[in-house]
Amino acid sequence: MADLSVNVAGVHFNSPLIAASGTFGFGHEYSEFFKLSELGGISCKGITLKKRLGNPPPRIAETPSGIINAVGLQNPGVDHFIEKDLPWLKEQGTVIIANIAGNTSEEYAMMADKLSETDVDMIELNISCPNVKSGGVQFGTSCESVGAITGLVRKHCTKPLVVKLSPNVTDIAEIAKSAEAAGADAISMINTLTGMRIDIETQRPIIRNNTGGLSGPAVFPVAVRMVWQVANAINIPIIGMGGISKWQDAVEMLMAGAAALQIGTCMFTDPYAPVKINAGISEYMDRKGIKSVSEITGSVSPW
Amino acid sequence: MKYDAQKFLVIKNEEIASGIFDMWVENRDISALAKPGQFAHILVPGKTLRRPISICDADKSCLRLVYQVKGEGTEILSKIKKGEKIDILAPLGRGFDIKKNKKYCFIGGGIGVPPMLYASKQTEKPVVITGFRNKDLVILQGDFRRDNCELYLTTDDGTLGRKAFVTDVLKEKLNEIDEVCACGPIPMLRAISQMCNENDIPCQISLEERMGCGIGACLVCACEVRRNDGTKDYVHVCKDGPVFDSKEVVF
Repeated sequence: MADLSVNVAGVHFNSPLIAASGTFGFGHEYSEFFKLSELGGISCKGITLKKRLGNPPPRIAETPSGIINAVGLQNPGVDHFIEKDLPWLKEQGTVIIANIAGNTSEEYAMMADKLSETDVDMIELNISCPNVKSGGVQFGTSCESVGAITGLVRKHCTKPLVVKLSPNVTDIAEIAKSAEAAGADAISMINTLTGMRIDIETQRPIIRNNTGGLSGPAVFPVAVRMVWQVANAINIPIIGMGGISKWQDAVEMLMAGAAALQIGTCMFTDPYAPVKINAGISEYMDRKGIKSVSEITGSVSPW
Repeated sequence: MKYDAQKFLVIKNEEIASGIFDMWVENRDISALAKPGQFAHILVPGKTLRRPISICDADKSCLRLVYQVKGEGTEILSKIKKGEKIDILAPLGRGFDIKKNKKYCFIGGGIGVPPMLYASKQTEKPVVITGFRNKDLVILQGDFRRDNCELYLTTDDGTLGRKAFVTDVLKEKLNEIDEVCACGPIPMLRAISQMCNENDIPCQISLEERMGCGIGACLVCACEVRRNDGTKDYVHVCKDGPVFDSKEVVF
């Protein structure tokens, strides 16, 4: 069996597969299916300074080859996370990434301060949530605001800092450069693409928030293209995500330039997807004589 | 093991009323774990999301799932043939809390009737009230009768059974029963819940919501509840429910 471990911003992962924020809660539910150490890491449900209730339901709609969701960052707040969820997570033998979202810059800074004093392995800056009125994506759609928020959090964050980017922008490579210049240690991308479904019988949007974030196989080629473009523009590692549902997708995303991967929606279809994807990558590496996952990263030969 | 996603062998999948199918699936590891009011999350070939279907009945080897064709997913499900295998994640959710030595009234409306069958089997001589829009949608009457229930059938248009709402029957039974368990459309659940509150009868209701993971990780299937201190909160139908105390649910 091939060695699946990767290193991102100085953090060692047993596997390139990380559970994507918002799809995996704080890990308890999926630990019924497999040891969480099968995953390289867990990016926890996005947390805010105070508890948030999230959006009214319905919060999800199916699409061709995907889903649209608008949960709206329902979470118990950063203090609850640190006291109640983190201790158990740290016993699971996998990298723990705290995903943080704020209404204001100050809230991001306060959460970075608090989490820097815990055993969290990395902090992922969520400036790309499409489903909340304030905060979230408002910080993530211009080079200036991404640079400013990344720079501020950098000052308050002693952990490796990952900045999670929105695909709902004109030029994602320019945004990524701003994050890098402001001190990000890695980029994770892509968050969901905004989308909408309408019930033609009731003439109402299916999701109560009207719009939501599209994920699943439907977004995969968009994500691959964006990861490839950003990989060609920056020098810090990329955690690639967006519609990976089988091992072939994982290898393709690595080839486009990702150093590690996040998966989410595919586990709603098949909770055992991480185990199967790990096995598939391993067999591929053995077949191709590849010794390290890092050899696959960015190995595409463009025309 | 609390739940797992495994292959089930389809023993039967037949239309029992207009657009309503009766599916029996076999898997010995999982079927015996199922409790009344829990649900099964069924993988439909070609679809990203599983379909949550209430467990109508269960024994050591089989789950019985009675579902209505409502969209593309359940349409595909209805075409699956005896002898094929399907992937089911089950048993999920918190079911009905049924105590011994209490007189129960189980109420089902439309496609909310199936979970009442397994629930009604847990008690002696329960009252069962089933309501449907019309005679073409009536299901499971023989099953309830076989299980020695005091069974009532109502239809909205009177084409079969009594022309009444389930609450009309409930009203007549209020002084005979200790507790109500109900599943069906929201207006029906709201009316039952109100009647139970006014008469100080405990009432458990089973809810539906558009669902993602099915196990409580993705938080999409939110249900608004009112806490004892009066504050609003969102809990999740897949893990905290689908069965809730009707007093805490905000309709």
